[in-house]
Amino acid sequence: MSIEQLLFALFALLTCGGAVSVVICQNVVRMAFSLIICLASVSVLFFLLSADFVGATQLMVYVGGTVVLLIFGVMLTSSSALLQIRTSPAEGFLATGIGVLFLSVFSFTVWSVDWDRNDAKLTGITAVEGVPPQGYNEASSGNTVRPLAMSFVGLRPDKAGKAPGYLLPFEIVSVHLLVVLIGAAYLARTKRRVSAES
Amino acid sequence: MSLILAAESLAEIISRIIGCESCSVAIAAVIHVALIGAFFGLPAGIFIWAERKVSARIQDRLGPTRVGGRFGWLQAVADGAKLVQKEDLCPKAADKPLFRVAPYVVVIASFAAFMFLPFTDGWSAVSLDVGMFLLFAMLSLEVIGVILAGYASGSKWALFGGMREAAQMVSYEIPMSICALIPIVMAGSLNLNEVIHYQSAGWGEGILRFPFLHWNVFHPVAGPAFIVYFVCATASCKRAPFDLAEAESELVAGFLTEYSGMRWSFFFLAEYASMFLVSAVAAILFLGGWDDGFGIVRSLKGSSTDVLDPSVILGNVIGAGVLMLKASKLVLVQIWVRWTLPRLRIDQVMTTCLKYLLPMSCALFLAAVVYPMALVLQTGRPQVLPLSAPLTKTAVSTTDEASVELAAADGEVTE
Repeated sequence: MSIEQLLFALFALLTCGGAVSVVICQNVVRMAFSLIICLASVSVLFFLLSADFVGATQLMVYVGGTVVLLIFGVMLTSSSALLQIRTSPAEGFLATGIGVLFLSVFSFTVWSVDWDRNDAKLTGITAVEGVPPQGYNEASSGNTVRPLAMSFVGLRPDKAGKAPGYLLPFEIVSVHLLVVLIGAAYLARTKRRVSAES
Repeated sequence: MSLILAAESLAEIISRIIGCESCSVAIAAVIHVALIGAFFGLPAGIFIWAERKVSARIQDRLGPTRVGGRFGWLQAVADGAKLVQKEDLCPKAADKPLFRVAPYVVVIASFAAFMFLPFTDGWSAVSLDVGMFLLFAMLSLEVIGVILAGYASGSKWALFGGMREAAQMVSYEIPMSICALIPIVMAGSLNLNEVIHYQSAGWGEGILRFPFLHWNVFHPVAGPAFIVYFVCATASCKRAPFDLAEAESELVAGFLTEYSGMRWSFFFLAEYASMFLVSAVAAILFLGGWDDGFGIVRSLKGSSTDVLDPSVILGNVIGAGVLMLKASKLVLVQIWVRWTLPRLRIDQVMTTCLKYLLPMSCALFLAAVVYPMALVLQTGRPQVLPLSAPLTKTAVSTTDEASVELAAADGEVTE
């Protein structure tokens, strides 16, 4: 077992453990902490795959941003007595059903891949000494920012010439996020009744 | 790992000497951890002593004078020994596992960010193209520990302190990151070492040669950005005048109220370490990092790529010393500010950030993008005077067709 495999096993276990304890915990802040463990371990898995940029984004956006806002929101909106969440049996039953379905879809996908053929493909690519597969030379050393940024504006090193960039989809997604944020702020604000005088 | 350094990593050097590849990786990892641990702990100890001495001088006192013979230079060690011996208390109302784990989160976040600091050209634990981004991502994790500490203590003061702190740290992160983006945009790389390379290029030719004038702090846009960054960095380290979380007069000690002994000292250590960290980042982004300003490091290193060459090692040592000196000076400024300015109110803290620093940083960012473009139109180059040395753009690997294309497109624009 190489160091990478050991680390992968460790952090995959942490990811699953964090996810399970999000479900099991009944205290919101403990849930959030388990979520932090889960998401941070996922980012470590990204680092192990040499996807530094995605890993850093995972840390920055989810762990440092979303979960912090979540805990902060919980702390601001509810007193410590309301921090307990209990799920009804019906909810548990429904969630378990969906979870099992999801798991079966994932397992089906994983088992339907011909890993041996993929391995052969990958080793076939890297076997040629000194000739890195086009477009993956930066990625193989972990420095993915430049290729990412260039493919963002439509310069794809792995494709001949120029390909459509990701800028427009990205903008659309970010506008969606803005809509979600405004909606969340609208739903979460304290509803004040407008009195008749004013 | 890194194309920029054009040098081998520690693991490669060790494996060349002892021959075993997997043991060399392990040895290199241990050396890295020990070195970063030293850089994490030692400056913190020194600055705790400095804080005591400087604050005493500012308040017309002597400060510690006896511990360790003269000047009280062992005071930090004595403090540490005292804290280790204290009982590890955990209040009844506390959420015990979270209460115990919170200090570690803070320390680990601050410690992990040290991995990406280039102490000198080629001396960094991890040199990545996303170094800057990852460093800020790590720093943003620190607030989680503070919130957890505030919540898990089971005390009103701690909860309020934690909430204020979270609001403050999250808000100040935004202008801080935008200001940190300005040197990144100017250098065209998120790699911290490349930002320093860009600044060490020097400015002007012949008699009109000013090697240190190409540091970002002398740039008309990045100079003000340095000040904004430094204010935000002070706030994000929870330092006075922004130490609302620990406002003694109203919140006892904020999120630290229930902590004692070792766990309290972890927060303290992390605070001083992140003071040093943000100061080092300021030195790297705006003050030229390891560049000494007279071209000594650059000329010592020359074009030699052999990391074991004595002159390269000497250059690296001088560079590391220069960076530490700059960062220490900035930490001293933070200490000086703490003991000079009165504390702001919480609404004033938020107003300062959201109404003043945030628009300022946005305007500066826009100016940083527009200013070189205007200069290119006027003078044909993005600087007022020509650079003394050509910028080394080794990071763009030559096999990349698209980057060559991009460079060609750049050339067309400049012409």
